[in-house]
Amino acid sequence: MLVYILLRLLYTIPIALGVTVFVFALIHLSGDPMSAIVAPDATAEMVEQLKKSYGFDQPLPIQYLLWLTKALQGDFGNSIVNSRPVLDTLLAAVPNTLMLAGVATLIGFAFGCILGGLAGYYQGGIVDKIATGFGIAGVSIPHYWLGMVLVIIFAVELRWLPATGMGAGGSDAWQWDWEHIRFLILPAVTLSVIPCGIITRTVRSTVAEILNQEFVQALRAKGLWHGQVMRHVARNAAPTVLAVMGLQLGYLLGGSILVETVFNWPGTGYLLNDAIFRRDVPMLQGTILLLAMFFVALNLIVDIVQTWVDPRMRRS
Amino acid sequence: MRMPTTELAERSVMAGDGATMVDVSGLNVGFKNAKGLVRAVNGVDLQLKRGEVLALLGESGSGKSVTLRALIRLNPEHKSIVSGRIVVAGTDVTTLAPEAMQDFRGGVASMIFQDPGLALDPVYRVGDQIAETVMRHKKVSRQEARKRALELFERVRIPSPERRLDAYPHELSGGMRQRAMIALSLSCDPQVLLADEPTTALDATVQIQILLLLRELQRDLGLTVIFVTHDIGVAVEVADRIAVMYAGRIVETGPVAEVIRGARHPYTLGLLATRAHGGRLQGRRLRTIPGNPPDLASLPPGCPFAPRCSSVEARCREIEPPLVELGPAHRMRCVLGT
Ligand SMILES: Nc1ncnc2c1ncn2[C@@H]1O[C@H](COP(=O)(O)OP(=O)(O)OP(=O)(O)O)[C@@H](O)[C@H]1O
Ligand SMILES: [Mg+2]
Repeated sequence: MLVYILLRLLYTIPIALGVTVFVFALIHLSGDPMSAIVAPDATAEMVEQLKKSYGFDQPLPIQYLLWLTKALQGDFGNSIVNSRPVLDTLLAAVPNTLMLAGVATLIGFAFGCILGGLAGYYQGGIVDKIATGFGIAGVSIPHYWLGMVLVIIFAVELRWLPATGMGAGGSDAWQWDWEHIRFLILPAVTLSVIPCGIITRTVRSTVAEILNQEFVQALRAKGLWHGQVMRHVARNAAPTVLAVMGLQLGYLLGGSILVETVFNWPGTGYLLNDAIFRRDVPMLQGTILLLAMFFVALNLIVDIVQTWVDPRMRRS
Repeated sequence: MRMPTTELAERSVMAGDGATMVDVSGLNVGFKNAKGLVRAVNGVDLQLKRGEVLALLGESGSGKSVTLRALIRLNPEHKSIVSGRIVVAGTDVTTLAPEAMQDFRGGVASMIFQDPGLALDPVYRVGDQIAETVMRHKKVSRQEARKRALELFERVRIPSPERRLDAYPHELSGGMRQRAMIALSLSCDPQVLLADEPTTALDATVQIQILLLLRELQRDLGLTVIFVTHDIGVAVEVADRIAVMYAGRIVETGPVAEVIRGARHPYTLGLLATRAHGGRLQGRRLRTIPGNPPDLASLPPGCPFAPRCSSVEARCREIEPPLVELGPAHRMRCVLGT
């Protein structure tokens, strides 16, 4: 087990490095980063000067290494737009995204398990059809559109919940009380729809598959109560479902751009959207890199947890 | 897997006195599917006295497992149609309330499955799986249940039992897993043991060990056993009586010695023919009879074996074969006896 974790950690290093190369290349291949900074009427000297100050005059590999060493030390450079360190801005936004994605994943997980569990248990029945339909809808509805619909219904028409933002004091004044949680509900529900659909499908197929296995019949043959049998089924389904849930959290961390933008939620997705429109290269690099690293780390955690939960995988 | 015939005769006399433990008559089990009704079991009668061992023999798909599962109502309830009389250990299984049925399973009658690698929960420790069963049926603490599990592991002769209690099924060898499964099935002192091909999935040498263990436990505990198998050699080894099944019916039944030496039903004779070649039966599937079993969803009129039977007559395809007494406890369903 320990050996496995160590190996898995080692294995993560080349992946992480690959990600940094990719992030770096992506930005530099998508156009000249200077175009955003330089005023149209700037002289050639001014351009050279600026290039130097941002390090854009060096060959790409050198630029990459410089950027990487700095990034490893937590220095993502300064924003082109407001000149503040990228890291500070990121650190302020990350908790908001984590909170939103975490709550959305939990909502998706809870509903997904209930719906998927019922569907898998009553396979082929009416509950199954409803749950499966719900699952498909969850995956196929564009969530920014759903977000807007929810805003129109609950914020504009019914006036039950606020439409955007994080509350009066912004993210600094966040507290876990109703005054603030109200702001979280609509974006979190919107964001939860996709993981809910995916977890529903996963749980459904996993439960159905487990119920078909012979040991379930053996559990009934030894006289266990229905609830006890279901506990065994849940334990068997756990590794798969937890893995899918972890990956969904990873997707949500990076994939909340539209929802954060629709709801003006000051997280990394919002930041990313902003950086893209302003071609704020350091900001963009820093944010993408961080999100990608989150994803790599989550994959690592999922793998380890899965191995730890499933005794069959522990030894290999 | 051959036995001296003297011991054969002895055993059939030895067992079989006492109360009736299994009393099944006119058992029918059908499964509803899109095409209609799959008639898996058609009018099975089984009577076992306390301490008796019956081998249920037959080709794949002949309804052996379904019959066995019907005894503890384990066939999927919403998908199947069951009729007939099923009384096990004096309890009418057909009218038992669901909760009482759950007490009955594992407590009065328990089951051993063909492949212990599939029948044990892969993510629970085997010791916990036994303890869980003990706690379910007896009012004992977790510790006492663990103690009972250890006792059982010693009883089925699992080496270093304390350590093995904490193993997961995949960490045990096939033979050891089946021993664990046997320990599990005996954990709550059942009176009737339903063994569904408990040795088919094992290596030949392990098979013999498990058979010997089962026989020993059966004698020591006075268990009434229905032992499903493909293998006549195995049936001879463990059973007092044999019932041969074909297409959901028992076509011939009788004491082991009589069925082996004086079989009359063409299907039984066909099965026995496999024994003639070299005498070794171990692990061989009974596939020497030409043709295939009938489609259980549309059984032909008359005898279901007629299409494959070497002694078939015109009337076989018209009338249900009658029950013919061949000896005191030896019967078959075939027109040949009349
Ligand atoms: N749950 C079920 N639903 C539908 N059909 C079933 C079900 N269980 C068994 N059957 C059908 O009943 C018939 C008899 O099956 P059964 O498992 O009793 O055979 P068997 O004699 O035990 O064969 P084997 O030696 O292969 O185990 C088969 O045709 C099978 O397809
Ligand atoms: Mg079977």
